[in-house]
Amino acid sequence: MDSTRIHRVLLGPAVKPALWVGCLLPALWLVYAAASSRLGANPAEALIRSTGDWTLRMLCAVLSVTPLSRLLGLPALVRLRRMLGLYVYFYAALHLLCYAGFDMGLDLGDITRDIAKRPFILVGFSAFLLLTPLALTSWNGAIRWLGGKRWQALHRLVYVVAGLAVLHFFWMRAGKHNFAEVQVYASVLGALLGWRLWRAVSGRQRNRTAVGRQGRDPGLG
Amino acid sequence: MLIKTRDDGFVHPRSSEITPEGVYRQRRDLMRLMAGGAAGALLASWAARDARAQMRPVKLPAQKSPVAGAVTLEKPTDYKDATSYNNFYEFGLDKSDPARNAHTLQTTPWTVAVEGLVKKPGRYALEDLLRRSALEERIYRLRCVEGWSMVIPWAGYSLAELIRKVEPLGSARYVEFVTLADRQTMPYVSSSVLNWPYVEGLRMDEAMHPLTLLAFGMYGEVLPKQNGAPVRLVAPWKYGFKSGKSLVKIRFTETQPATAWNVAAPQEYGFYSNVNPNVDHPRWSQATERRIGEDGLFSRRRKTLMFNGYEAQVGQLYAGMDLKKYY
Repeated sequence: MDSTRIHRVLLGPAVKPALWVGCLLPALWLVYAAASSRLGANPAEALIRSTGDWTLRMLCAVLSVTPLSRLLGLPALVRLRRMLGLYVYFYAALHLLCYAGFDMGLDLGDITRDIAKRPFILVGFSAFLLLTPLALTSWNGAIRWLGGKRWQALHRLVYVVAGLAVLHFFWMRAGKHNFAEVQVYASVLGALLGWRLWRAVSGRQRNRTAVGRQGRDPGLG
Repeated sequence: MLIKTRDDGFVHPRSSEITPEGVYRQRRDLMRLMAGGAAGALLASWAARDARAQMRPVKLPAQKSPVAGAVTLEKPTDYKDATSYNNFYEFGLDKSDPARNAHTLQTTPWTVAVEGLVKKPGRYALEDLLRRSALEERIYRLRCVEGWSMVIPWAGYSLAELIRKVEPLGSARYVEFVTLADRQTMPYVSSSVLNWPYVEGLRMDEAMHPLTLLAFGMYGEVLPKQNGAPVRLVAPWKYGFKSGKSLVKIRFTETQPATAWNVAAPQEYGFYSNVNPNVDHPRWSQATERRIGEDGLFSRRRKTLMFNGYEAQVGQLYAGMDLKKYY
């Protein structure tokens, strides 16, 4: 199949609903597994860890949309970015809820003390806070209201979130020197952010050589 | 025609018709496996793995222990949980890995070397160790440094029994426990997570304490491989990682042993590692714990007890010590 045909398929009406269901499946499975005692000896730990894992996976997915659409010449992929972004927030919120509910017994005092005391929790919580304005401004009206440039600048916060998420995961595994999975996520996210950096730098160089012509947006996306 | 019913409670089934409990439990397990089996061949290998993990080992009878504090009345953790949720890094870093991977461990023949500052050094065969003293059943709380706990019925005898027989010299102040590190049978021994072999240690008075157990069995059977077969240590007032599994060497030393986790992350894991709700791990609180199989998803974590509830028995070992400094 050539890229124009893939492009046409991606524009089809079933793609978004299918993605929506697909991204929801891990959460549904976790609910089902918890209800039917399939999460092993420590279901609370399993839920906290799985929702964290899925947040990282969604983060990798959403950040790979722009590079993939450029590299494969499939602009239609960008249509799916917002939904993936909202799923990052969805799994991050579930992750936070599982921690707050199962580990902290929803005691706000305990949670606040825990966040203040433990840098590893603070980093994770900050990442969640930074994601919140992105989720809140994900609708079309917000883009118009903020203006495209400002909206895009705000949404570049996701790069900071990616860094914090990896740091949070690294810290969590640090005491046990168990970095294999951390390395996987760090390299994927590193490559995706590196690609953007490389484009920004080479874009600026192109702009500089084209003095007099209209400045081009490097298009971080 | 007389229609017999069993409703009146007087007509009982013949004893031959009653399905033994073990059999119907197996059937339930089988049904559960089959219900999942529809999902395909992937699950079949899972089932095989579960079956392997569920194979019950040889019986190992033991008498109730007379040692003070050695038998808690709390409900023992389900055998399945205790044998499928393990930290045994030689067999994998995930807690479900040991049950899956430890079947390669060779436990016969097995010898434990006694070395160092001791009058009677030597290599002791497992059979000799088993005969050294009467086996006692001890039901201990087990508190993992990660914040979860279990209640395990162990079978073994006080390590002190062995120590007395090998006669340590007056200069011996610590006991070092070296565990098996066999690249052939332990897939993660080549990983860089820890320095292998896994070494643990106790101060001499801790090692001589009657609660410090040399364990050969649990739940009335020999130790499953993922739980540290064929012989391991259990020091119930310390975090679980202090209790080395699959011991191959016991060494008496004058200086404090360099223990595995203390070497790997000294700011997180001290030499003593006594269970202490007032001294937090740098990344999480130790004030509470989740009892595996008991504390449901929505119940609050229970309070962790000082010295894991063994303060009356072991508190005097640390009289005058700053436990925040010697964590």
